[in-house]
Amino acid sequence: MKKTFGILGAIIIVGLILYKFFVGFYNTGITYQEDAKTAWSKVESAYQRRYDLIPNLVSTVKGYAEHEKSTLEAVIKARASATQVKIDPSNITPEQMAKFQQAQQGLGGALGRLLVSVEKYPELKADKNFLELQSQLEGTENRIKIERDRFNEAVNVFNKHIKRFPGNMLAGMFGFKEMARFQADKGAEKAPNVDFTK
Amino acid sequence: MKHIYNYTYHFLFLFLLLVSTPALGQRVEATDKIELDSDGLPAIPPVSVQKTTKIFDYAHLLQAEEKQQLQHRVGEYFDKTSTQIVIATVDKVNDDISLYATEWAHKWGIGQKNKGNGVFILISKGDRKVTIRSGYGVEPMLTDALSRRIIEEKMIPYFKRGNYYKGLDEAITAIQQVLAGEFKNDLKNQDEGIPFWVILLIIFIVIILISSFGKGGHGGGGWHSSGGGPIIFSGSGRSSWGSGGGFGGGSFGGGFGGGSFGGGGFGGGGATGGW
Repeated sequence: MKKTFGILGAIIIVGLILYKFFVGFYNTGITYQEDAKTAWSKVESAYQRRYDLIPNLVSTVKGYAEHEKSTLEAVIKARASATQVKIDPSNITPEQMAKFQQAQQGLGGALGRLLVSVEKYPELKADKNFLELQSQLEGTENRIKIERDRFNEAVNVFNKHIKRFPGNMLAGMFGFKEMARFQADKGAEKAPNVDFTK
Repeated sequence: MKHIYNYTYHFLFLFLLLVSTPALGQRVEATDKIELDSDGLPAIPPVSVQKTTKIFDYAHLLQAEEKQQLQHRVGEYFDKTSTQIVIATVDKVNDDISLYATEWAHKWGIGQKNKGNGVFILISKGDRKVTIRSGYGVEPMLTDALSRRIIEEKMIPYFKRGNYYKGLDEAITAIQQVLAGEFKNDLKNQDEGIPFWVILLIIFIVIILISSFGKGGHGGGGWHSSGGGPIIFSGSGRSSWGSGGGFGGGSFGGGFGGGSFGGGGFGGGGATGGW
């Protein structure tokens, strides 16, 4: 009698401990996943901000720079194809991410070329509207960089959670899959470094 | 009865210690040297410093008086709106100053968490650059284009002549105009709630009281002598909590501290300009 009680007790205790662990792992995983999704939505809204600026930018440049038709068209085209790449935030695969990044890089490149060609038009460069658009564009590029970094950090936390032992044995069971990150654009990696006088 | 008195004195002493800490932090004014964390960003200053200083003049571009005046302005503004404007000056930033300043402000958590109402101004003396960073909640009003305009019209003309104070003063005015009416300071309501440790203290004292009643029978006088305990505590508790104001004294004179950083987020909004 005593023995069966002991065994039963041990089973209950071990069961409880396992249950606690499962629940803990699952809930933490969900939290991290949600954090990453939130970070992703911020990435998307930063890119959206860039999309929204483009029509205004194009029409402003058009007024001054008739000869830049092909450059402007390239921007419009790149924007159109970038908006078509949709990502499912609950399942970000490396392929999807690569596609997304490629499309955004295409748009970034087209915009860069447009801004270079603008150098030829001093009147445009002095236009107040254009100057404000330019500062908004700068701000947008900053936002994109920042939100991408934060998304990568959030994904890192989630991926570590599901890939480390013993969580890795449970991850499949709960349907946790590794999330893809942004790859660094070439030449973009630089450690921050500040000088302060003493 | 006697030991109740003893406890009261003990607590009183502890209390004075607690209350006087902000003043200590203020005297040290650890703004001359900057400590960098492993992420290359300045370490978050202790709460006592946060509450009394919003001007981190590491590059020594401001006179003590000017600093005090700017401090007074941003502190007063905080008391009205809970919006935090923080200014820092450094000698050089070996990085993109916009991104660096964003990460800096985000790490320090300038502004309130739920409002995102933080503004961070960073001047790099060596780079001859200044940047305004707007928190998430400020972005819709203080847009990138407006920040750019404030930099170019209000700051740069003075900075060119080396008058950093005037440029910053004008910029604060402009930012306050842009944000007029957007935020209100409702932090005081939260602060009026009794802090957890005060409740603990009260419980503790009640327990002592009850146990002393148990021992000493009906000691009617006990209520009077020990009654002072909780009153003293809640009284000084409130003043030490009072949104960072009040304890100015010393080197800062005015006393508008502007509260500690509330965890506001920054996502890259703002503008940068050079002179």
